[in-house]
Amino acid sequence: MKKILSGNAAFARGAYEAGVTVASAYPGTPSTEILENIAKTYPEIYAEWAPNEKVALEVVSGASLTGARTMAVMKHVGVNVAADPLMSMAYTETRGGLVLISCDDPQLFSSQNEQDNRQYARFAKLPMLEPACSQDAKDYMLAAFELSEAHGCPVLVRSTTRISHSLGVVELGEPLAPPKTSMAWKPENWVLLPAHARRRHPEIEVRLEKLREIANSSPLNVIEPGDKKLGIIASGVAYQYAKEACPEASFLKLGFSYPLPDQKVREFAAMVDELWVVEELDPFIEDQIKAMGIQVHGKDKLPMCGELSTDIVRGAILGAAQATVPSVQLPPRPPSMCPGCPHRGTLYALKKAGCFICGDIGCYTLGFLPPLSAIDTCLCMGAGINQAHGMSKAFGERQEKIAAVLGDSTFFHSGVTGVMNLAYNQGAALVVILDNRITAMTGAQENPGTGQTLKGDPTSAIDIETLVKALNVPFVATVNPYDYNATLETINQALATNGPAVIIAKAPCVLLRPDSLPYKPFKINPGRCVGCKACLKLGCPAIEFKPKLASINELCVGCGACVQLCRYGAISGGDK
Amino acid sequence: MNILMAGVGGQGIILASDILSEVMLEAGFDVKKSEIHGMAQRGGSVMSHVRFGAKVSSPTIALGTCDILLSFEELEAARYLEYLNPNTKVVINRQRILPPSVVQGQAAYPEVEPIIREYTQNVIFVEGSALAAELNNAKGLNIVLLGALSALLDVNEELWLNALNLNLKEKIRAVNLEGFKRGRALLAA
Repeated sequence: MKKILSGNAAFARGAYEAGVTVASAYPGTPSTEILENIAKTYPEIYAEWAPNEKVALEVVSGASLTGARTMAVMKHVGVNVAADPLMSMAYTETRGGLVLISCDDPQLFSSQNEQDNRQYARFAKLPMLEPACSQDAKDYMLAAFELSEAHGCPVLVRSTTRISHSLGVVELGEPLAPPKTSMAWKPENWVLLPAHARRRHPEIEVRLEKLREIANSSPLNVIEPGDKKLGIIASGVAYQYAKEACPEASFLKLGFSYPLPDQKVREFAAMVDELWVVEELDPFIEDQIKAMGIQVHGKDKLPMCGELSTDIVRGAILGAAQATVPSVQLPPRPPSMCPGCPHRGTLYALKKAGCFICGDIGCYTLGFLPPLSAIDTCLCMGAGINQAHGMSKAFGERQEKIAAVLGDSTFFHSGVTGVMNLAYNQGAALVVILDNRITAMTGAQENPGTGQTLKGDPTSAIDIETLVKALNVPFVATVNPYDYNATLETINQALATNGPAVIIAKAPCVLLRPDSLPYKPFKINPGRCVGCKACLKLGCPAIEFKPKLASINELCVGCGACVQLCRYGAISGGDK
Repeated sequence: MNILMAGVGGQGIILASDILSEVMLEAGFDVKKSEIHGMAQRGGSVMSHVRFGAKVSSPTIALGTCDILLSFEELEAARYLEYLNPNTKVVINRQRILPPSVVQGQAAYPEVEPIIREYTQNVIFVEGSALAAELNNAKGLNIVLLGALSALLDVNEELWLNALNLNLKEKIRAVNLEGFKRGRALLAA
């Protein structure tokens, strides 16, 4: 049966057909829908949101010890968080098949960097598969589990935004029966004492060479003979761009791309006059081929940064003139915080209080955009608190107003340890947890504070205030972010302590709980508006300025933030 | 066939392009679709590429090769000019959603028709939003526009109706099927 599936839905289907029984992940674009699909479509698979990627990977490491087929899913930067277990899981022997899906984001559509996670395969000395379409995404899952079980190691499956979020036709297969689980003991390979790990290291090197032999004869690495003048080696979505740009060329499509199938590459190189490697981001394949002493074109002509396209590949290989991009200047339409978002008032109050605001990863990062311009740093999950602490320590006795903001999900992910450090080492910084009761940026996923699991079952909910108090933070307060004046007053009190402080700004995401808004939509009374633009400073999409006065459009949902800023009482309505 | 759908987050482009893809699969084509979501919910520009034919490699459309551009919003129709050629049909829903710089009074909302006419003369405006409002179903704009698009594609109407039945919940099915039919009538020859 044929179905049209996104790459992410196809990964989920592949997990189902391969008999996976345990899956764990932390949401992150473009990976999120894989576990959402499993939870929605395949109830027989246990699937969970872990608080972070390290937890997710360790959970599946445990599941594998029982003989179960299991997988962890994360975005590229999530693998950095999980890198600690990953590097050592190359040493511990897996029992049930274990697959890690890493979804990279060339072009940084929704990420803080553009790292190429294929490097992790080489770094951790683990095999890697790179699907090039939805059909591959499903099929390669089965191949990955077979490889993992045959060689006792995790297998990395590397996706990119264009694989995960593109739809394609998939021929479905029948699901395998999940393997039976049982208790087993293998301390010589499961307990990474130095003596054990020292013995394991050479075994891993031998395994890698064995895997290279398998890659050489793998049906996932296919030579597609064509015009002998031009030979193209490509993997992932880059293969599709190259295929469309140069349909007549000969191709070596690498689906099992690490360890690099050296003999197959030599065989292919000998077949063609001019050899190219077409790959996104790093010259990962190209450098290995060059090290084999084979002449190849690649990053000498193709860009190192950003995603590729049919046009870019055609331009590089055929020297075809690129279509020119028109120079019409249009007003941009960047994403913005939603009308009624509870974060808006909190960020405005922090700015009003005169804070330097260390940001984090979440919707509130959009508070960076003018006119709010309320985010001064954004590094990685959980970093803001620690940056604020570091700044306060560097300033020493000098009292500066330093704040960090992060969401509830980010707090559970890696903010708790930051608050612990702030309290333990007495940093003079204010942490504001923007608790909107959901993981909002990635499209509303449950987290340890929401009281519900990925599968929709009720569960215990962590109370953030109780947790922060248990960490011995001296100033802890919860505010209603829709009450601007009270929020500002609490912020000023917290800053005055000149010590560790945490404020929880608690109100549900307006997209999920519009009923929780304090008011109904407002209007501007043109007779009272003097055009001072105070309300415009919030950067709310519902407030327009035309031509000399403010007006409120139909996007207003009634958060009331602007009402509290208007000194002329020009904003009215809103009564519930 | 290369179809671009453009618009603003929240207009239902992703569902519309999903349904289009399913219809084309049922019509016997190889189909690929690509879009960038993640930011879509937050009012940003959204673009979806849908491609179908005997065999499709790239999930994205090459520059200058768009056959039909269906824009859910006026300004967004002018954001992807590099994909157009003189034969591209451009269908624009008559609706203006003001971007932040216009809202803030720093920029003017441009007239898009003359910009697009620099590239192609096949420009048609449709009153999709007015029709959706008339049906008291503003959220059904995407299905109304899918109806308009369907009139330009040589596919049996039954396949469209089947796909809509599969994708729309019972509660909203009837009003959306009506929206589809009336949308289709907007561009029926």
